[in-house]
Amino acid sequence: MASHAQAQKWSFRITPIRVLLLLLSAVAIGAIIFRLVTGLGTVTNLSDEWPWGLWIGFDVLCGVALAGGGYGTALIVHVLHKDYFHPIARSAMLTSLLGYLLVMAGLFLDIGQWFNFWRPFVSWGHHSVLFEVFWCVSCYTTVQVLEFGEIATERVGKQFHSIFKKALPVLMIVGIIFPTLHQSSLGALYLLMVDKLYPLWWSPIIFLFFLMSSFFVGPAMICVETTLAGKAYDHWIPIPILRKLVRISGYAMILYLIIKIVDLTNRGVLGLAFSGTFEANWFLIEMIFGIIIPIVIAFTGFSNSRSGLFTFGLLVSCGVVLNRMNVVVTGMIRSTGVSYVPSLWEFVVSAGLVAMGVLAYCFIVENFKILEHDNHSHAA
Amino acid sequence: MSKGVLVDLTKCVGCGSCTVACKLYNGNAWDETTPTLGDKAKLTGKNWTVVHHKEVKDSNGQPVWRFVKQQCLHCKEPACVSACFAKAFQKTEAGPVIYYPHLCVGCRYCMVACPFNVPKYEWEKAFPLVTKCMMCSDKVEKGEAPACVSVCPADVFKFGEREELLKEAKAIIAKDAKYVKHIYGEEEVGGTDWIYISDVPFDQLGFKTNVTKRSLPSYTASFMHATPFVGITWGVILTGLYHYTKRRNQVSKENNKNIKA
Repeated sequence: MASHAQAQKWSFRITPIRVLLLLLSAVAIGAIIFRLVTGLGTVTNLSDEWPWGLWIGFDVLCGVALAGGGYGTALIVHVLHKDYFHPIARSAMLTSLLGYLLVMAGLFLDIGQWFNFWRPFVSWGHHSVLFEVFWCVSCYTTVQVLEFGEIATERVGKQFHSIFKKALPVLMIVGIIFPTLHQSSLGALYLLMVDKLYPLWWSPIIFLFFLMSSFFVGPAMICVETTLAGKAYDHWIPIPILRKLVRISGYAMILYLIIKIVDLTNRGVLGLAFSGTFEANWFLIEMIFGIIIPIVIAFTGFSNSRSGLFTFGLLVSCGVVLNRMNVVVTGMIRSTGVSYVPSLWEFVVSAGLVAMGVLAYCFIVENFKILEHDNHSHAA
Repeated sequence: MSKGVLVDLTKCVGCGSCTVACKLYNGNAWDETTPTLGDKAKLTGKNWTVVHHKEVKDSNGQPVWRFVKQQCLHCKEPACVSACFAKAFQKTEAGPVIYYPHLCVGCRYCMVACPFNVPKYEWEKAFPLVTKCMMCSDKVEKGEAPACVSVCPADVFKFGEREELLKEAKAIIAKDAKYVKHIYGEEEVGGTDWIYISDVPFDQLGFKTNVTKRSLPSYTASFMHATPFVGITWGVILTGLYHYTKRRNQVSKENNKNIKA
C-alpha cells in the first residue's frame, strides 16, 4: 500500500520476457495491418469450407469464456457480498476486461467488411443469436471499462472517483446480466448447425453448457493468474481462499457433468463417446482432463497446495479451450469433408493478441491498486 | 404465395446453358480455376449455379449418367436470414432469399449456418462480400422465371407457385414408377422453394439427405424470445440478492459489536 501511495511515477519494468512479448506484439500488429489492407485470403487459411477458424475459435470463443472469471467474481464478491473472496476481485475483473478488449480486437480482424462493423447497431437483425452476442459483448465491454474507472480514478482524474464509486453497484449488476446472456448465446450460435456439428457437441441445450463452463472456468483462470502474478510480484493469495473458490467451481463442474450425461443419453448418442472415432477421442480427452480429473483435485487434499491449485487451473482452462476448439473445428470436420490447419499468420496474430494482453496486465498491475486494496471492501 | 422451381433430374442432359445464363444475367466473371460443369464443378463466389456430372447405377443396375443442377434452394425459413445480425439476408414475399451487400459486416455466420453450404465468400478480395444465387429476384417479382430456368432447352424446370409445383411433383412421381418416392425440398429443413424429383436416390446424387425436417430458425427462435425475460428476471434477482446480502452482513456485524460490548 505504502509503496503505491508514494510512487506516483508511471513505471514499466523491462525484462527479457517482456522484450519477447513486445516483439511478438509488434510482428502481430504488422500482420494485422497487412490483413486489414489486403483481405482475409492472403493472410489466413480460411476458405468456403472453413469460414470460421482459429480467430473465431480461439480469440473470440475461448477469449470470452476465459474472461468469464470477471462476472463470476463480481457475482460472488459484489452481489453476494462474500467479502472473504475480496482479495481476488480486482485482478479477476482486470483479466476479464483485458480479455474482452482482445475479443473485440479479434472479432474486428475477422470480419471482412471491418469498416462496416457498426452496422448491426442500426440494422437490427434481432432474430439472430449473433445480434444478442454483438450487443451484449459491446455493452459489457463498456461496462467493464466503466468498472475499471473506479480503479483508474484512484490515480487519474481523482475528482470523478466518488461518481464511479456510487455507480459501481449498478455497473456490477448490469455487468453480470450481459455476460450471462452472451456466454450462453455464444453456444446458442451453434443451435443452427444441427446437421453440421457432431452430436457429441451439438445439443439443444448447448447454450447451457457454454454458460456453465464460462462460470466454472473463472476460478480456474484465477488460480493460473494468481500463481503467475504471485511469482512475478511475490504477492500470494492465501490458499484457503482459492481452495474455497475452486470448490465452487467443482460443484458447478459436477452439475455440468451430470447434465452432459443426461443430455447425451436423452438424445441416444452417449455410445458415440466410446466409439473410438476421431471425435470420440477428443471428446473423452476434453471430459477426462478438463472435467473429471479437476473435480477429483477440487475435492481432495491436492487442492490444498499451490501446485494442486495451479494444476486445477491449467486443466480446467485448457479443457474449456479444447471444448471451444472442438465445437469450432473438430466437430465440424466430418460434415465439412476437408480439414483446416490455421496459417502461420493466424497463429502469430492470436499469440500477439495474448502478448498484448499480458503486457497491459503487467503495466496496470504495476501502476494501479490491483493486487492489494484492503480498504476497498467496505465500500462495495 | 411463394414462387418456386420444380427440377426434374431425369430430363437434364448436362448442356450447362443454365450456368452460362446465370453468369450473363448476374454479370459474374468466368472462374478460371473452378468449372461450372462436370465432376469438378463447384459453387464459388463467381459460380452461383453449377451442374454436377454423376456416374451412378439405375434401378436395373446399369451404369448411367445423371446431371444435377445446384444453386441456392431458397428455403421457406432460411437459416442464413435468421443468422444474419445485420439483416443483410432477407426473404422476399415472392420467395427469393436476397442479399444486401451494403448491410453485410462479413462475419460469415450465414456460411456456417447454411445447411447446404450455399453462400460463398470472395476470399481473394481485400473487402470481400458474401455471394449466392438470388433467384433473379427482379425477374421473379415480375412473374418471370429466373435466367437459368428460362434458357433450358430440355424442359427440366417448371417455374410457378411452390404449392402448385408440389402437387404436380406428387402427381408425376405417383404416375411414373421410374421416379423415387421422394420430393427433395418438400420437407428438408422445413421445405425449400426449389424442389427436385429424380429416378436415382438423392443420396447417390450428392444431395444431403440426413438433414432435419424442422425449420432451422425454429431452433433459435425460442432461445431469442426467452432472452429479454431471462435478462430482466436475472436483473431483479441480482438486485434483490445485492440488498439482502448487504443487509445481512451489516446485521451480523452489528450483532458482533453488541456481543463484544
